[in-house]
Amino acid sequence: MVSELINANPTVYEKKERRARSAPSDYADEYAVEPIDQPEVFDHIRDIKDPEHPYSLEELKVITEDAIEVDDKQSYVRVTFTPTVEHCSMATIIGLCLRVKLLRSLPSRYKIDIRVAPGSHASEAAVNKQLNDKERVAAALENPNLVDMVDECLAPSFG
Amino acid sequence: MAAPGQLIQLIESFVSLSRSPSQQAASLDTIASLVKNDVLTMKGLVREMEMYLTATDNVIRARGILLLGEVLLSLPSKPLDNTTIHSLMEFFTDRLADWKALRGALVGCLALMRRKSTAGMVTSSDAKAAAHCFLQDLQVQSLGQHDRKLCFELLECLLERYPSAVAPLGDELIYGICEAIDAEKDPQCLMLTFHIVELLVRLFPDPSGPLASFVGDLFEILGCYFPIHFTHPKGEDLDIKRDDLARALMSALSSTPLFEPFAIPLLLEKLSSSLPFAKVDSLMYLNSCTLKYGAERMEKHAEAIWLSIKDAIYTSLQGPALSSTSEYLDSLGFQENEIAREALALLQQVIMQNNGLFLGFIIKDEDVNMILNTVTHYERYNDIPSQGKLKLHAVGCILSISTKSSITSCNRVFESFFPRLMEILGLSVRNSSGVHSPNDNHLLSKRLNFGVLYLCVELLSAHRDLIAGSKEIASQYVSAFETCYCMLQSYSTSLTKAFCSTLATTPHDAHIHFGVKGLQILATFPGDVSPIPISEFEKILITFMSIISVNFSETLKWKLALKALVNIGSFIDRYHESEKVSSYMGLVVEKIVSLVSLDDLTMPFPLKLEAISGIGTSGLNYMLNIVQGLEEAIYANVSEVYVHGNLKSAEITVRLLECYSNKVLPWIHDNGGNEGVLLRFPVNIWNQIESSVDFSVQVQEKELLDAMMTAMRHAVAFCTEESQNKIIQKAYSILSLSTSFPLKEFTSLTIPFQLDWRQLTQRIDNLSHRDEWILLLFASVVIAVRPQTHIPNVKGILYLFMTTLLKGYLPAGQALGSMVNKMGTKSSGSEISSDCTLEEALDIIFQMKLWNQIHSLCSGMANGSEMGDTDLCPSVANNRLHQIHAIAGLSWIGKGLLLRGHEKIRDVTKIFLDFLPSNNRMDALPLKHHSLENSFEHDLHPSVMKSAADAFRILMSDSEVCLNREFHAIIRPLYKQRFFSTMMPILQHLIMKNDSSFSRSMLYRAFAHIISDTPLIAILSEAKLLPILLDCLSMLNKDIQDKHSLYRLLLVLSGILTDKNGQKAAIENARLVVNCLTGLIAYPHKMLVRETAIQCLVAMSELPHARIYPMRIQVLRAISKALDDPKSAVRREAVRCRQAWASLA
Repeated sequence: MVSELINANPTVYEKKERRARSAPSDYADEYAVEPIDQPEVFDHIRDIKDPEHPYSLEELKVITEDAIEVDDKQSYVRVTFTPTVEHCSMATIIGLCLRVKLLRSLPSRYKIDIRVAPGSHASEAAVNKQLNDKERVAAALENPNLVDMVDECLAPSFG
Repeated sequence: MAAPGQLIQLIESFVSLSRSPSQQAASLDTIASLVKNDVLTMKGLVREMEMYLTATDNVIRARGILLLGEVLLSLPSKPLDNTTIHSLMEFFTDRLADWKALRGALVGCLALMRRKSTAGMVTSSDAKAAAHCFLQDLQVQSLGQHDRKLCFELLECLLERYPSAVAPLGDELIYGICEAIDAEKDPQCLMLTFHIVELLVRLFPDPSGPLASFVGDLFEILGCYFPIHFTHPKGEDLDIKRDDLARALMSALSSTPLFEPFAIPLLLEKLSSSLPFAKVDSLMYLNSCTLKYGAERMEKHAEAIWLSIKDAIYTSLQGPALSSTSEYLDSLGFQENEIAREALALLQQVIMQNNGLFLGFIIKDEDVNMILNTVTHYERYNDIPSQGKLKLHAVGCILSISTKSSITSCNRVFESFFPRLMEILGLSVRNSSGVHSPNDNHLLSKRLNFGVLYLCVELLSAHRDLIAGSKEIASQYVSAFETCYCMLQSYSTSLTKAFCSTLATTPHDAHIHFGVKGLQILATFPGDVSPIPISEFEKILITFMSIISVNFSETLKWKLALKALVNIGSFIDRYHESEKVSSYMGLVVEKIVSLVSLDDLTMPFPLKLEAISGIGTSGLNYMLNIVQGLEEAIYANVSEVYVHGNLKSAEITVRLLECYSNKVLPWIHDNGGNEGVLLRFPVNIWNQIESSVDFSVQVQEKELLDAMMTAMRHAVAFCTEESQNKIIQKAYSILSLSTSFPLKEFTSLTIPFQLDWRQLTQRIDNLSHRDEWILLLFASVVIAVRPQTHIPNVKGILYLFMTTLLKGYLPAGQALGSMVNKMGTKSSGSEISSDCTLEEALDIIFQMKLWNQIHSLCSGMANGSEMGDTDLCPSVANNRLHQIHAIAGLSWIGKGLLLRGHEKIRDVTKIFLDFLPSNNRMDALPLKHHSLENSFEHDLHPSVMKSAADAFRILMSDSEVCLNREFHAIIRPLYKQRFFSTMMPILQHLIMKNDSSFSRSMLYRAFAHIISDTPLIAILSEAKLLPILLDCLSMLNKDIQDKHSLYRLLLVLSGILTDKNGQKAAIENARLVVNCLTGLIAYPHKMLVRETAIQCLVAMSELPHARIYPMRIQVLRAISKALDDPKSAVRREAVRCRQAWASLA
């Protein structure tokens, strides 16, 4: 682990209210399809813990609901996240966490695209490339230290 | 006297440290009982123990003295003579100096001093000596927790029971106590020390007495505990909580006015703390101290207190909540909180104590005046910035609480603020002549200022609460012609007008809320002190009523108006104001009744009903009137339906009946029920049926009939036995007049003449609509009667219901079930000839063999032997229907028996099981019958079997229609568990024996119905049922019609999986459970089934790793499909489940 925190004093924002589950009634259409939508994907990733703080990505506004694009028909999802500081070396870890969480939560038909918000990171292109390179992601997930770290961050999101 | 050797042994076993605590306790008990039963005298015991009491070994001496003390402690009511007590007391007092053997001495002193005078008490000189010794020899704070506690108990006892003995010790006592309690930390001891201080203060009440010089020290000791910060770990099971300590400290601090110079500054200082509990405590303590210290001492702190209160209120109010219900408007969106509540309570306390002073502060207060000056800017609620709302609300609270405190303060507040508010509103004083100045109307046309409206309503409401709160205040108030009364009276007319016009013009919720509230308050002053004349009161009612009948599209306004009317109604009803009640009756109740009976279509009917039932709940008298109106509307509409077959009326009647049975009837019953009213409705309905001979009700008005039956059932169920007798007599007479029902013939019927019965049943084949109504309503009456109610011609009715049952009239079966459930047994005796006991009734039912005869008849016909009966059995399909009806009816009868725990339920279940296919019968089927559909000629049709299996659901499930507590069923406790445990072995056996898949599926069905309704606790003890349950699930999985049963059964499984015992069974069958659940994950017909199945799998993942690991791949494969489920709730669970199983590796 890094000895010094990269962003020692991040701003913590309020959490958004959760979508209440609509009470199942006998009249609701049993066969109607509820496509996977923005809030649902957001629910999957909002509780992921920041690698260096005990706050969730939502509280740090690393991700917001609006930064998620979903197309259920095309089986495509894109998550754009904003690191708290420009030179954040944790950006790749955060991106990896997002990817792993979505891999585990979305149907296998989905193509997942993880990006750093334009202008929010010093080495934006490199990070984007690294995060969307299958080989490198697979390699990263074979590194036991990294996997432990990712699992620790993901733990709170499996509520 | 016991043998000395034995006694020594007992003593030895207590004193010896090598014995276990239980042995020591046992020997203590034995010795105590010896003394108690006079086998041993106290003197004898002491003599016997001499060696131990005076031993030089510290341990032995300590244990010896403790034994003596404990013996005394366990004999508090054993009479002892004075010499014994004196010498014992002297001994223990002496031992107080022996710190190595202290505990025994403390226990002994305490035991002796707590004795009642009847059993011999310690003399006061002994007590004084003990106190003296105590103060001289004991260093309390150097002792352990338990010894300290004993010391404090001893002190408490001395102060409480021997005050005159210890008082002369004076300074020495006070000093000693200060020393003893200083820096105590244990919560139990603290409770005692706080109490000791309180007692000490009570002992020296004189302000210039010995206490005076120690007050500072005492306060220093106590003050450092404030505010109590108590973070005891939960593990220690102390029954002392923070609140207890805080309360004890509060009573200690407020015990003497001498503390005043120290306590008040401390409390005021802590009030500015940032800890919320410190603020709450400070306010509470200030409240208590104010009361105890007296006005004179508090006066010098008054200003500081006022500022602190104001500050506490301002800072504690939480920002406006986001919700916008109308209740929240009451406090302008600020949440109620503890600090503000305590602050206001304190304000009320200080105002009550020192009226003039505090009101002076309030009236002169800058903030209050600033609000009054700026309030004119607050035109509309939404325009006020949140800071402004906060200030407005705080001022509202302060003024309201000051108004509420007393008449004088109410006067002051009104004098200082009311005219100003009125001026801003632009209202004028009512002229003596009652004529308004011409510009009045002009002023009212502009919208009221919201801020002023709010303050005004707050003042009025506080004023009303003050007056309505106590009778004395009210009487004093009028006789003295108090200022506030006069002032309010002079403005009341224009206020009413202003509020009314606000309601009429404004579109803003907040304005409406306070407008309605204002009017409601004006209308709810107690009669003799009401500021408004009756004409104004009526005007208010008319305003509300016009909102009800015209402005129904404005939901909020409509709801508020209705609520206000209900409030006014119940208020004047509670205060017995006959004049107002009569105008309320005329203007509100009658109007609302006329609304319902009117064919006016402008106002939506559901709203009419909501209004009428709402108004009714404001008082029994109103309700009685309303019931009458409602009933008349029902009768009118019903007769419209009867005679003209008017469809529109039918719909209205259904609504009216629903309102009647769901809202009105339960209310009347809960509020002391009026027997006459309850009786009237059923009787009138019967009368109406009797009088209308030609009936033009169409078949499609089933809904109307259902609603009518429901209303009838509820109305009858609430009646007393006597009224029920009347109703049922009436109903029976109408039933017997109808020619379709051969009741007389039935009565004479005996079992051998079954053919006659068959002929009779033919007459029932074609019931007219009217007869149908009569029959079903009669069944409803029978369902609802009490067990003691007398049903005429029971046998005839039994036959009638049984025959109609076959035609598919289900309520007939339910009525039969109710009759069987409530019928008296042989022992209760019968005095009337047609009365029949339960046994006789059951004989009749079982000998008729409804379920069987058509079956045998038809099989007979198929054999071609009994040709004479062909006409009775027109078609096989018809026959099948009859059987299904018979089974349904029989299941209700069975339910009646099951509920009362009658043994005949066995016969009933046996009949059902006979209907379920047995192996042999299926095997006997010739192979040429490919499908079961074709086999009915030789055997039972599948649908019949299915209904037999479904009969178990009726037996087990709770019904809303009949056989429940409301309809006076006799219900034995635990009947479900009992039935479950008798049925399970039988079903299990049958299932094992059967190997044809169809017959098994029927048995599974029955099994599923029983197990779904059994309390989980009973199921958990039957672990071996799990495999069958899983088979049931797989079977129900096949048919879409079974989705509800499937879900209910799955809930049972999930209950088992989350229980410890159930998990054991699940471990044994892990593979089967997982197979079954993975199958259900893809169940297409019910989302809840999929979701629950996945949750069950999550529960499975907690089982021992070795058992479930082999299934991991299987589960993950199944769950990955669920990640793409059409429903998001299922997907969410799937993610959890996937994680749980994926992390098993």
